[in-house]
Amino acid sequence: MTTAPEPPAQGWLQRHRMIITPLMFLLPGVAFFAVYVISPIFQSFYISTFEWNGLGSLSEQGEFVGLQNYRELMADRNFEVSLWNNVKWLALYLLAIPGGLFIALFLNQTIRGIRLYKSLFFFPFVISQVVVGLVFSWFYLPNVGLLNVVLGWFGTEVNILGNPDLATYGIIAAGLWPQTAYCMILYLTGLNAVDPEQIEAARLDGAKGPRMLWHVILPQLRPATFIAFVVTIIGALRSFDLISVMTNGGPFGSTRVLSFYMFEKALSEYGFRMGYGSAIAVILFLIMLIFISYFLWTMWRDERGARH
Amino acid sequence: MFPTPIEKRSRGAQITYQSLVPMALILWLLPLLAVALFSIRPGVDFSNGNYWGMPSSFELFTNYGKVFFESDMPRYLWNSVLITVPTVIGAVALSCMTGFALGIYRFRGNLLIFFMFIAGNFVPFQILMVPVRDLTVDVGLYDTKMGLVLFHIAFQTGFCTLFMRNFIRALPYELIEAARVEGVKEWRIFWYIVLPLMKPAIAALSVLIFTFVWNDYFWAVVLTQGPDAQPVTAGITSFNSQFVAQYHLMSAGSLVAALPPVLMFFLMQRHFIAGLTLGAVK
Repeated sequence: MTTAPEPPAQGWLQRHRMIITPLMFLLPGVAFFAVYVISPIFQSFYISTFEWNGLGSLSEQGEFVGLQNYRELMADRNFEVSLWNNVKWLALYLLAIPGGLFIALFLNQTIRGIRLYKSLFFFPFVISQVVVGLVFSWFYLPNVGLLNVVLGWFGTEVNILGNPDLATYGIIAAGLWPQTAYCMILYLTGLNAVDPEQIEAARLDGAKGPRMLWHVILPQLRPATFIAFVVTIIGALRSFDLISVMTNGGPFGSTRVLSFYMFEKALSEYGFRMGYGSAIAVILFLIMLIFISYFLWTMWRDERGARH
Repeated sequence: MFPTPIEKRSRGAQITYQSLVPMALILWLLPLLAVALFSIRPGVDFSNGNYWGMPSSFELFTNYGKVFFESDMPRYLWNSVLITVPTVIGAVALSCMTGFALGIYRFRGNLLIFFMFIAGNFVPFQILMVPVRDLTVDVGLYDTKMGLVLFHIAFQTGFCTLFMRNFIRALPYELIEAARVEGVKEWRIFWYIVLPLMKPAIAALSVLIFTFVWNDYFWAVVLTQGPDAQPVTAGITSFNSQFVAQYHLMSAGSLVAALPPVLMFFLMQRHFIAGLTLGAVK
């Protein structure tokens, strides 16, 4: 950036305006963010070394226990179940990406009313997860839910949310509904911007169908895929609303994930163990940090590349 | 265009496609359509086991009337409005400023602050839960709308800053340089040159943040507990325990709770999608 040459007789403010101005503009946003987001992260690390029921102040009512909470976690069977469920969420939630791509390819046409169709396909994403959870728990109802009515025609039936082996998968399927819609819209936007000349050139070379998709289209969709990947991973690890609404962690705690278990330990009727809850949150944060570091690293690299 | 435009295919393929799309759509929205059907049935259908047959009578107005006049639903909806609208204004205002600072000026730590906003935006809520709840209780804002608003503004500022900064980066920089040469003060550059150009970004962010905050459930249960302050996402669970197993009312209530962001989306579709897919195209 080039700054116009300054005339000498100027006040201090005027001379330093290129640094004062951005500071003033940043101050309110950074202050808010620091108080409510950045500092709580470190506080949670600190609280996780205490046994504290959340009443009174931490320094007076809390008891410092060092790494005791983490040792307890290692032997906690519920923690293990939650962690394992998080792995399932992560792996299966990623299906939203190919699913979204598939629907986007299906809808990337110009027939009459296609815009409305695209909007209607997208619209599960706009509905709150709480309502998605309710909608799917009614969809899954034993005997009377639509799913079991249909399965009934084939002489079978399944109580998804009542079965500890299936409940988590049932919730993930509900979560995939809006998430796939999100990925679809990302890919539809990406497909819109694919270079038509490259497609024509590839067609002349005899490429079509899956080969065209893989070698010509997907490389151009890379930015969309990256964003789909970021939002899907974050969404999978943030899953809370659906579990809370659909099973409340049950049956027999089989659908807990770390975010839900943390809440249970710290705030629900199972007791107010803020320290233990924070320890669970720290583990979840560290898992997330692996992905966050990767995302930031990728963005940082692009940012460097964009500089001139 | 990929895949090959359907107009270039045979007549048969075109007809197949045109009938396949609505069928796929119905299948895709089936769980929701089922709930919509529930919400216009009379309660007696459910006790008679008539879940999926023809409704024995058409009770749209009765059911939705009950939701609006015989429950706390309007209160929860109004709470949601009072939480969501100030959050949108606050977060958008703050991020216009941060985005301007980070997008226009070069100074040491610029990229670092920018990445702090992005990183903070990705963290799991649970790592913030105990300290934020504690802070809210300490300043006397537990179970108030204000407590939720302040947190939401702070948190959404992360995403909004990412959005605004990238948007401002794409504006023609010569405009600002020209203004500086003319001797225009920095804050006037912000107010008279950059801000008017940010209108599309402001519109896109407003609808997105509206949806995000309206649909929030986690912070609603962490920071509030009664019908005085709870938004509709949290209120719907108390609503459902009031009308337990009365599927016609529960489904009507859920649809009402889900409606405002849906309306927002259909009214502001172009902005909404522009916001959501920012960065999906290079």
